[in-house]
Amino acid sequence: MFVVSWISRGPYGGLDWTWTGENYVRLLDSLVLGIFLKSFGYALGTTLVCGLLGFPLAYCIARSSKSWQQWLLILVMIPFWTNFLVRTYAWVLIFRADGVVNGFLKILGQDPISLLFTDFSVCVGLVYGYLPFMVLPLVSALERIPIQVEEAARDLFATRLEALWHVVVPLSRPGWVAGSVLVFIPSLGAFITPYLLGGGQSLMIGTLIQQEFLVARDWPFGAALSFGLMAVILMLWGWLGRKPEEQSMI
Amino acid sequence: MNRNVFLIHMMRLCLLSGCLLGLGCSDASPNRSGDSSEPATLYYFTWSDYVEPASIAQFEQIHHVRVVVDTFSSNEELLAKVQTGMTGYDVVVPSDFMAGIMGRLGLLAELDGQRIPNIRHLEDALQHLPFDPEHRFAIPYLWGTVGIGYDAEVVSEAPRSWQALWDPAFAGRISMLNDQREVFGLALKALGYSLNSQSESEIRQARDMLIKQKPLVKAYTSEQFDQLLVSGEVVLAHAWGGPVARAMRERSSIRYEIPQEGGTIWTDCLAVLASSSNKSLAMDFINFLLDEQVAAQISERLLFASANRQVRDRLPSDIRHNPAVYPPEEAMTRMEWMEDVSGAMRYYDRGWTELKVQ
Repeated sequence: MFVVSWISRGPYGGLDWTWTGENYVRLLDSLVLGIFLKSFGYALGTTLVCGLLGFPLAYCIARSSKSWQQWLLILVMIPFWTNFLVRTYAWVLIFRADGVVNGFLKILGQDPISLLFTDFSVCVGLVYGYLPFMVLPLVSALERIPIQVEEAARDLFATRLEALWHVVVPLSRPGWVAGSVLVFIPSLGAFITPYLLGGGQSLMIGTLIQQEFLVARDWPFGAALSFGLMAVILMLWGWLGRKPEEQSMI
Repeated sequence: MNRNVFLIHMMRLCLLSGCLLGLGCSDASPNRSGDSSEPATLYYFTWSDYVEPASIAQFEQIHHVRVVVDTFSSNEELLAKVQTGMTGYDVVVPSDFMAGIMGRLGLLAELDGQRIPNIRHLEDALQHLPFDPEHRFAIPYLWGTVGIGYDAEVVSEAPRSWQALWDPAFAGRISMLNDQREVFGLALKALGYSLNSQSESEIRQARDMLIKQKPLVKAYTSEQFDQLLVSGEVVLAHAWGGPVARAMRERSSIRYEIPQEGGTIWTDCLAVLASSSNKSLAMDFINFLLDEQVAAQISERLLFASANRQVRDRLPSDIRHNPAVYPPEEAMTRMEWMEDVSGAMRYYDRGWTELKVQ
């Protein structure tokens, strides 16, 4: 792949063995950078929403009794028994004009709304798909925080929320980092969800890479795009990985 | 039915791109043992949703062989697999322009006309096409057109021009194929150019026109438009004829129209790979698929027109006279074959990306 990204596209697709750096220059095109940025926006949004939804869920699971905990974790895992594609397609059926949501609205006497093929439907699909990746690391991180720490905070006149915010949230940091990485990276490269739920309206970086390989037959540029994406992810990883150390030094 | 097929199709897409993005293609090519005691096996590589199982079983019985079917979802996928050395397939089904490319790249074996007598019955419109004028490498199999599928209950006037897809009255109820050459081809046709234009300025005009249309478009999709037409979510769809014909069975108000400016005509071809070790059996298979009776059975099930002209008379009249399956005679003169645009592909690709980021 790395070698391919430095050579030229052949006349019928395929490869023409002349060396060139052009593919990487094309990465700096404002068009491509725009797509990178947009994908980042989606991925960041997905990670944030997953965090907001995932934390309360993970907290409840971690603080429930052992037998409950098992059942709750199984509930989180069950969707994985079904193919991701099938689950994503289920959202199409829910959001369709004659789908479940609009069926309810009709019963309530409301006008149908257009949900499918919008930014909203893409976000719901992404959050739904990756939420468990946020919840599971958070549960394991939260479990390791003894309940006594929280009780100590309460004894020092912290309200419940304050105890959560100042004690539990910072202590569960490894869970946050792991969860965010697990959500952010796949949602950055996602192409099935935007394809199915976005109606091909917008282009994410994953879709663009797929397009270069399978439509434009421009493998070298597709390879260069993949490496660009990988470089960005590695840089982010490095940055995230360094954070906890810095914090412990403070 | 269609939904399942679509899912399988998408899964293949995932697998393939996973393959390409990962390590280059893995070794998934069928295994050959070369053991003569086993019945011979024919490897058939075709489009998803393009096989009529009964006919395959029939061939297996007649020739005492095993046919292994594997599927792809785009011409580019087919080319990529064959080019990266995934040999082992015997019969493949490239579309017109791709058959030309594969022929020129030396990936296809020369066909022996003697072994494929059914070539005599080829539809007039499919004979001696520019991508392979002497039928050296490829024989048309199933064919059709691209046009507009619409719901006559909502769209009272038949869309006689591609401009109908720019009608603000149907904003948010229009779908376009998710295929850059087809979408640009449509716009180029609407502008009065060839859909094979290699001129950067013409392609740019088409792009500007498509950008103007985008706010009206509900979705760019090549797989879901028939279901969207059936559910009423979309009332005008830039569409392949076959799926529209299938949608008609579920919603009787659906119609198909080929606009005055003309559109794409395509044919998928049967061809034998140069690397096939079973060329004579492969050619028997091709001849079998083009047999009048077998081809009629296939067309009736898939709702795509057969390249064998005798098949028309065997089909029920509602299929034979359905413009989504067999384009009307008067429309034939307006149709244009899609050709490979080689270097200009970059303008299309860029225009498409610009359209999508809007």
